Amino acid sequence: MNSIVLTHSFRFVILALLQVLILSHINFLGYINPYLYILFILLFPLKNNRVIFIFLSFLLGLTIDMFLDSGGIHAAASVTIAYIRPAILKLSFGAVYDHQTLKFSNVEFGSKLSYIIILTIIHHLVLFSLEIFNFYKIILILQYTLFSSIFTIILCLLTTVIFNRRK
Amino acid sequence: MQQIINFIIRNKSFLLYLLLFSIAFGFTIQSHSYHKSKFINSANFLSGGIYNSINNVNEYIHLRSQNELLQEENNHLRSILYNQPDSIQETFVDSLYSGISYKFSPAIIIKNSYSSSNNILLLNRGKRDSIQQDFGVISSKGIVGIVDNTSKKYATVISILNTTSRISAQLKKSNHFGSLIWNGKSPHIVQLTEIQKIAPIQKGDTIVTSGRSAIFPKNIPIGTIESYNLDSSENYYTIHVRLFNDMTSLEHVYIIENKDVNEINMLLNNPHE
Repeated sequence: MNSIVLTHSFRFVILALLQVLILSHINFLGYINPYLYILFILLFPLKNNRVIFIFLSFLLGLTIDMFLDSGGIHAAASVTIAYIRPAILKLSFGAVYDHQTLKFSNVEFGSKLSYIIILTIIHHLVLFSLEIFNFYKIILILQYTLFSSIFTIILCLLTTVIFNRRK
Repeated sequence: MQQIINFIIRNKSFLLYLLLFSIAFGFTIQSHSYHKSKFINSANFLSGGIYNSINNVNEYIHLRSQNELLQEENNHLRSILYNQPDSIQETFVDSLYSGISYKFSPAIIIKNSYSSSNNILLLNRGKRDSIQQDFGVISSKGIVGIVDNTSKKYATVISILNTTSRISAQLKKSNHFGSLIWNGKSPHIVQLTEIQKIAPIQKGDTIVTSGRSAIFPKNIPIGTIESYNLDSSENYYTIHVRLFNDMTSLEHVYIIENKDVNEINMLLNNPHE
């Protein structure tokens, strides 16, 4: 139990620092950045206290906001995907999740991919809607969401693959 | 009463979500209105400290180009200094009255940002160095932004690349003035709006600050006219201005304090006293 808490606190700090010091300054083609920190929310233990989980996601988002001076957009997006995560888990993994036997290290690649894609796109959609905050620029919002999502999804998959093999 | 408590317990995660989302939404709205982002900003002990230590390392990477920039500025200032016709003052000057109304202090940008629609920079000077809200920030090539929040050692700056920023600017040759805004697209182009239709403008004309706002002195360079068009009512020009500054690689900047700002504001707010 203690080792799980330790692993996840460590992951919280590492992902937040990685995000604000490196990943948010990539600006590929001028504006495309990956938001890898949502990996903390994606890979949070499944048997959890939901209230603590939602609160931790909020805290992570707010930390990123504080560093990037972006108001509360990351906090809002993170808390949204933390809240809807159980529904998406059920949608992507189906029966395995219902029987409480799900482990991220040994699931089908297809369902894992769809799980990551759905949550990433929702997160980015909320994020960029709040950042741009203008209904008339909806094309711009969708464009940012699409390109940044592709970048984030690739990076998330790479990270999970690399860090799973070690065990 | 029992039912209400039961309802809260049953839906506690949804209610918590709603609460946290509205807090985050509140912060977002605050950050979209000018000079209001009070609670969550990077001018604090934790993020300021981390950015500062990272910047200590990063500085070395840009050392050569920044040196060249500073040498260029030195060269420019020297050419002004030695070419002045009356460099030796012959008349007596009262040393108590300096006549200086703008005070400059140097600072270093420790966090630059130019890719989002509301860009905010972080400087390594704060209240300790008597930096306050609404001081102007310029670099050797042109304007950078306006100080927003300050902590003891750090200050955040609303960049000119911020959709909430409005700075008074004018044509250098004809004194027609308007507001400088940014449409959030390119970090090299800003927009100058509300220039009268009668103003004579041409591509390549220089845009400078107008000195009407008590933040920036007059004649600080901003950029050159890239293209222009009349707005929908056909009374005003909207001018696209290419910045002299490369906002993507800023490091050494100067903070401008207007010593007379209190007097000016007092006069403007209470005209009958």
